Amino acid sequence: MNASERHALPPRSAELLADPVAGAADRSAVEAPAPASAQRRAAATPDAMARLAASMVPPPPPAWRRALARISRLWLLAAFLVVWECVSIFGQRINPQLDVMLPPPTAVISAAADLMRRGVLFTHIFDSLYRVLLAVGTATVLGVPLGLAMGWSSRFRAVVDPLLEFVRPIPPLAWIPLSILWFGIGDVQIVYIIFLAAFFPVVLNSLAGARDVDTYLVRAGLSLGARPRELFVTVVLPAALPHIFTGMRVGLGIGWMALVAGELVAAPSGLGYMINNARTLFRSDYILLGMVLIGVLGLVLDYLMRQAARFAMPWHRGQ
Amino acid sequence: MIQVDVANVSKVHVSMKGEPLLALLDVNFQVEKNEFFSIVGPSGCGKTTLLNLLAGFEQPTRGELKVGGEVITAPGWERAVVFQEYALFPWYTVVQNVRYGLKRKRVPEAEQRRLVDHYIGLVGLHGFESRYPRELSGGMRQRVSIARALAVNPSILLMDEPFASLDIQTREYMQDELLKIWQRERKSVIFVTHSIDEAIKLSDRIAIMGPRPGRIEEIKTVEFERPRDPTNPAVVRLAAEVKLWLRQQVFETPPANPARAEPQAAH
Repeated sequence: MNASERHALPPRSAELLADPVAGAADRSAVEAPAPASAQRRAAATPDAMARLAASMVPPPPPAWRRALARISRLWLLAAFLVVWECVSIFGQRINPQLDVMLPPPTAVISAAADLMRRGVLFTHIFDSLYRVLLAVGTATVLGVPLGLAMGWSSRFRAVVDPLLEFVRPIPPLAWIPLSILWFGIGDVQIVYIIFLAAFFPVVLNSLAGARDVDTYLVRAGLSLGARPRELFVTVVLPAALPHIFTGMRVGLGIGWMALVAGELVAAPSGLGYMINNARTLFRSDYILLGMVLIGVLGLVLDYLMRQAARFAMPWHRGQ
Repeated sequence: MIQVDVANVSKVHVSMKGEPLLALLDVNFQVEKNEFFSIVGPSGCGKTTLLNLLAGFEQPTRGELKVGGEVITAPGWERAVVFQEYALFPWYTVVQNVRYGLKRKRVPEAEQRRLVDHYIGLVGLHGFESRYPRELSGGMRQRVSIARALAVNPSILLMDEPFASLDIQTREYMQDELLKIWQRERKSVIFVTHSIDEAIKLSDRIAIMGPRPGRIEEIKTVEFERPRDPTNPAVVRLAAEVKLWLRQQVFETPPANPARAEPQAAH
């Protein structure tokens, strides 16, 4: 039972907290309570209770030790990098080809510094990010209302579903040749490919979100006088929000993959283009740099997406 | 003055397999203004269906349900519902939940604030205004739900086993609170429960329902003054009588020795 309910009850908490044995014992025992009941009295207020609870368990380790423990969990990653470095440096003495086949991590870092100095690295990163964000943004703006409408109205869904299910199984990459004919090589064509990749996860998750709305919440809204539009904004949309964010995360992940594939095939710039260009120049350090950047940026985008979801759904935190 | 009039109501549900199922058959009763009216019966007797019809969530197959002389066709705030599982909006805080119906009613802003504050106080939740429902205990959630329903000033409060998922201490405490609120706010309450003791503690009249097909078997008037002492012999006798009677009606196998059944039923 919580604090307020206890306050509302008759003031008998003192008796309940007191040691039941004390009443049965002789008078001196009542006047000088046993250590157990003294301890219970020490927990009379929430603050005191928290202090008492803290005194009964070992103190938490200091911040620096927790940080150290966290870092020490990265040992396998560190070992992997060290082994990689050793293999490519010592391997080159045995087989000089390894210089191109497998550059060491340090070479990847100096490649990054090199490209940054020449000012092209951020152009590639910016172009790729711009394309993926524009495409996923468009997929969200179009896909969320479509999915919600399909989830809300089964009649609408029955009409739209066949068309959607006809287009959905076609891999986005299969659209590349046709889209080059339509849009030429450039931003529009790549954005179109990423959009196709991200659109369906967004639609299907929004649909699931709108269908899974608790009947009781809809009924509660109706019985409190909500009109259809109000019901949609105050009940269906917030109830579907976790699904919508899942759809956007999945869409972003798949869109990011489609971006790289699209840029590898045909693009004037971007990280995929950078990798493909490096291949023709035998610059495997640039290739590896591009791969690492794509992985790291994907991770960062996903992290930002989760933070946005946390911010947008304060009631959902910690679940 | 008659406020709720249920006349010859039958309801057929169609099962998943497409078979029609008689959920309610020829239900008739009236509820007076400011009356506390309970509907008891075993699970599957159609009491929740009846409440859904009163709320306007479903439409009757035959017959008519009227409130204040008007036929019920859709849900509306004049028949606010309190659900067993609270049905609080998880994305709204306590204040926002209680204010929900007032906003839909387009009550002026200042009046909204005043009413929200009043009803949160009435259910004893001052200090919890900015909490989300999942940060509250079951009893507190149900109190928010009651405050939310009362805030729109309904003429009838429909309650569907509101205390069934609370522990027994909280449940008894909530029953007392509900009675206090009902005596202060003067509203008709239609209260669905499977607990005969709960119905006797709270109600002016009790409709007893039987299953297959769902129907009202009898309507009993509870004459005792409130607060009712559950250990009062007369109350015990009434509870035992209703339980025994219900057992005979529903299971159609009366105990061989009624004298043995009575103290058992009094628990």
